[in-house]
Amino acid sequence: MSSRFINWFKFSSPATFYPLASKIAWVSTLIAIVLIAIGLYMSFFVAPTDYKQGDGYRIIFVHVPASWMSMFLYVVMAGWAALGLVFNTRLSAMMAQAIAPTGAMFAFLSLWTGSFWGKPMWGTWWVWDARITSELILLFLYLGYMALRSAIDDPRRGDRASAILLLVGVVNIPIIYYSVKWWNTLHQGSTIKLNEESSMDDTMLLAMLIMTLGFWAYSIAVAMVRVRTIILERERSSNWVRDLVRGEN
Amino acid sequence: MPEALDMGKHALYVWGSFGATALFMIAEPLLLRARARNIRKRIARMARLDQEVNQ
Repeated sequence: MSSRFINWFKFSSPATFYPLASKIAWVSTLIAIVLIAIGLYMSFFVAPTDYKQGDGYRIIFVHVPASWMSMFLYVVMAGWAALGLVFNTRLSAMMAQAIAPTGAMFAFLSLWTGSFWGKPMWGTWWVWDARITSELILLFLYLGYMALRSAIDDPRRGDRASAILLLVGVVNIPIIYYSVKWWNTLHQGSTIKLNEESSMDDTMLLAMLIMTLGFWAYSIAVAMVRVRTIILERERSSNWVRDLVRGEN
Repeated sequence: MPEALDMGKHALYVWGSFGATALFMIAEPLLLRARARNIRKRIARMARLDQEVNQ
């Protein structure tokens, strides 16, 4: 095979991935800090006040990125879980495990910020609307995955059982996404459409996209740091981990 | 306070949202760092114990 191709399987070994994860984490942290700083500045100082919703609409600059990330991270997790089932690689399951708490956090923040937007705009903190209910189910799927993963003592069995739960739960993602189309809900339709022009002011849209990219970089950074701790925990009896920790102390 | 940060009647809702998001996104990396340190310490201790037993 030509040397131009990267041997991806090489990185499926936790020992090889461990130092690489540290580099990715540092770069992503820097990108996240810069993008979120620009995004926050634009959210408050550049984006204009909405003629209808006043300043309350600014909540979307955290609500929409958090909601997108909660769905996106679930799909990435399920992808890793599927890879783990097919190739039986330890690292894949560790990656899924590393993403889960961050995904759960974004699902919670999506509901929390949505609720803080709903009170002034709809006059209620909560409704059992299709979009909101399916997002709540997403939060439960994350929590269920984490509970199942930690309830099984044998890590390899835990990996497989929780991977199946993750894959079954993927069905919820299109339900969340299309809920505003399929049902006549209180939650408004998609702001950003793939095939039409957006209904938003350009600076508002740009601020939202920059915040989303910032949240994305944040998620990568946190997942990389967490996967390193999971690798250490799970490979703690191996010689390379012992040597590594001994070298640091 | 700069005028741009005056959210008027929506202050509670805007700051409640941005505040909670900031709190979580700052707390998560800090908790993670503490966890990583504990694990390293634990493994180092285990390695030292093993070494002592083998000697």
